[in-house]
Amino acid sequence: MQSQLLPPPSLRKIPDSPTLLAEPTSMAWRNPHPAHQYNLVILGGGPAGIMAARSAAVLGAKVALIERDQLGGTCLNTGCIPSKAILKTSGLYADMRNAEQFGAQVPQVITVDFAAAMARMRHIRARLSRRASAERLSTLGIDVYFGMGHFAGRNTVEVDGQLLRFKKALIATGARPLYPTIPGLAEAGFLTHENVFDLTECPPRLLVIGGGPLGCELAQAFCRLGSKVTIVEKEPMFLSQEERDAAQILSGALARDGIDVRLNTDAVSVREQGSEKFVDLVSDDYRSTVVVDQILVGIGRSPNVENLNLEAVGVRYTRDTGVQVNDFLQTTNSRIFATGDVCLEHKFMHFEDASARLIVRNALFWGRERLSALTIPWCTYTDPEIAHVGLYVTEAIRKRIPVKTFTVPMHDVDRAIADGEEEGFVKIHVKEGTDKILGATVVARHAGEMINDITLAIGSRLGLDSLARVIHPYPTQAAAIKMAADSYRRTRLTSTRKWLLKRWLAW
Amino acid sequence: MLSDEDLLDRLERAAFEYFLHETNPENGLVADTNRTGAPASIAVVGFALSTYPIAVERGWITRDEAAARIAVTLRFFWNSPQGEQADATGYKGFYYHFLDLQTGKRTWTSELSLMDTALLLAGVLTASVYFNGATQTEIEIRELADALYRRIDWLWAQDDKSSVSQGWKPESGFLHYGWEGYNEAILLYVLALASPTHPLPATSYPAWTSTYQWENLYGLDVLYAGPLFVHQFSHAWIDFRGIRDRFMREKRSDYFENSRRATYLQREYARRNPHDFKGYGENCWGFTAGDGPCASTARVDGKYHQCFGYTARGVPYGPDDGTIAPWAALASLPFEPEIALAAARHCLTHYPEILKEGRLPSGFNPTLPGNNSHGWISEGHFGLDQGIIVLMIENYRSQLVWKLMRDCPYIKRGLKRAGFRGGWL
Repeated sequence: MQSQLLPPPSLRKIPDSPTLLAEPTSMAWRNPHPAHQYNLVILGGGPAGIMAARSAAVLGAKVALIERDQLGGTCLNTGCIPSKAILKTSGLYADMRNAEQFGAQVPQVITVDFAAAMARMRHIRARLSRRASAERLSTLGIDVYFGMGHFAGRNTVEVDGQLLRFKKALIATGARPLYPTIPGLAEAGFLTHENVFDLTECPPRLLVIGGGPLGCELAQAFCRLGSKVTIVEKEPMFLSQEERDAAQILSGALARDGIDVRLNTDAVSVREQGSEKFVDLVSDDYRSTVVVDQILVGIGRSPNVENLNLEAVGVRYTRDTGVQVNDFLQTTNSRIFATGDVCLEHKFMHFEDASARLIVRNALFWGRERLSALTIPWCTYTDPEIAHVGLYVTEAIRKRIPVKTFTVPMHDVDRAIADGEEEGFVKIHVKEGTDKILGATVVARHAGEMINDITLAIGSRLGLDSLARVIHPYPTQAAAIKMAADSYRRTRLTSTRKWLLKRWLAW
Repeated sequence: MLSDEDLLDRLERAAFEYFLHETNPENGLVADTNRTGAPASIAVVGFALSTYPIAVERGWITRDEAAARIAVTLRFFWNSPQGEQADATGYKGFYYHFLDLQTGKRTWTSELSLMDTALLLAGVLTASVYFNGATQTEIEIRELADALYRRIDWLWAQDDKSSVSQGWKPESGFLHYGWEGYNEAILLYVLALASPTHPLPATSYPAWTSTYQWENLYGLDVLYAGPLFVHQFSHAWIDFRGIRDRFMREKRSDYFENSRRATYLQREYARRNPHDFKGYGENCWGFTAGDGPCASTARVDGKYHQCFGYTARGVPYGPDDGTIAPWAALASLPFEPEIALAAARHCLTHYPEILKEGRLPSGFNPTLPGNNSHGWISEGHFGLDQGIIVLMIENYRSQLVWKLMRDCPYIKRGLKRAGFRGGWL
């Protein structure tokens, strides 16, 4: 499937549809008068840019932050936060429908109030955006500029007709959605994560193209909010980078919710008839057509590298992979750094946050901290959630590290049983013959919370044996991690040790 | 009560009789199931061909009769159309998964299946090793077997990738599905590596094993795969006791021991019975690819219960809808006879109605309301289930198939190219 870029958000119009709510994207703001020189000029007011600006400003640096659209970036406005907000509401409806499983009565009538769910989401988004407001950042000593920033010279950036001189610069311009070049798709219209949260009515029938984290999360959310959802993924499994067992559990969960799961399937053409969209699907030699009201595309994101005049300052980039950086997040111009979606393979807010702090130390204080030294977990917030940290088994094998996995199914965990949340597992991968934790995958309703213990252990170089000594309050679902550690300990009890123990206890 | 030997003899013979009854004598093709209108499955033909030496040794049919049946089958496969046309029998030496039982042409728009061709070929080679006599028919069997093997273009199936595809269709090319994680494909790789004409490169095998996961699960160290058949199919022909590839040498185990542990894993799952399904217990287990009640949601005891039709059930992550495959437990007989026999006896004692014509069904589900007081029972019989029952009972009783295949030079060569050492190699 070929793909194309959407134009940057500020250049794009939200489709003219009565079911979409266009929110104001700009605010009344007067750009400040530039300082003589900035320690750090940051292009992009998303999570990475804001974190870098805050960290540098707190340390006394003179910082300029340039944003062309909305402060807060994708995560706050059109990504993690709004999706989590509606996942919460949709999960509640799912629990209502499954009330019997929890020993409760199913309400006689369950009416989904889509508008209320979206209103709650927008309220949460507005509340969190206050933290990242231009006024708030200004009080920290950060000069906030709105406009299209680009490099104007060796040590200058131009924004809104003003030149900002910098000692160091940071490119954090983010990324925008890719969409597939399916004949008829553009004409029929479609949603991406940038406007799906502006919907005012739940589409009765929704096709989701792309089985990555975003596609899976929103497919499940909209299904639980009442859409008849079909999800199409060209690979034979969802979340192609995740473990097979995790992806299979997710497929089963989505199907159980009532989603029409089409793996190994391509959407090949779209045509609009009236208000309906007919989408032709192909899986090997099997052809079918689904009729939907809306199409949501989530096949990936592409870095915003255009119109920055990067060539003029010697910053190498490609349109596919973004700005080229080394392990210190320096671009090919050693005075210019980059982070976030514009250059990183993993496009996670918390990755941007951690890397932004690293850049401040490396750019302003001669730090030599490496990106590869960071321990970065991630999570797909479906139900169950799928969280991972560290190496996958295949990665360990490619590095010729012998690996052994300690697995605890959630159906063995007392609290998971009590909660009726038994689907999933904890898998902790260790270097065989040692307790060194290489990585872990957790599939559980609260996997995103559970992975933190393992992330801390990896980051602190604690082995699995140490996790066996951690005392958990009883009962918790995170006890699965201790159970995996206990399994490790039992394997250390060799026959010789057992014999010695037996001899010792023979008094 | 029947002795173990008598019980096994009855089950084995009844299973073998499936192939006597469900084979088209004109072309040797065997029905996938004995349900009306079922097509032939090439994998089931592979099992059928492997059962004839057993039947001869057990005195169930004569050597001449067996040889004649096999010769008919091999002649069909050699002479049937090979090509890119959509209704051919095969292409590049491989065969379509499902064929019309009468005409032998591709049916159900099925895929040109590598694994099912390997299972067919395993049967072809088993027959060629056993029928080593000087009669015209037995000579013909050996010549046709060798010719069929040499015709398969394994390299083409690699499709310029590190490991092989699962199949190909004339309408859409190679399937996107590859072999990821441990599964039944060892037999496929061994046969493909040993080809005298189009062998896979030796690097293809570690490319596959690099996707394995070695897990500690329920206290057992095991090369994980959920469905039990994965741990059985290659073992029907290859005696993995004591021979090890690089992966198993590193783990200080072997594939036979691994299947033994996988069998215990199944029993342990049934003991824990996380979904509270009826019937599950220490002696009632068997979760694998097989028939199921339906592909919908049923309401049982006030709860919604998701069911599946024919699917690969597995432990511990499922899918699990309460369906037990009693033949799967029995097919673990060589790995751990005590618990496999106990499971078979338990099912036959507590659910006697599952036995029809002396054969075990593909599955039964005591949790669901079905066509009798003990729940749902799969209709008729499936050839794969009956085939694995015959081979594994016989491997337990006399090791006949293992012994035959130890003498097959292709199996030895393939194992060695895959890096297996030790034991009988």
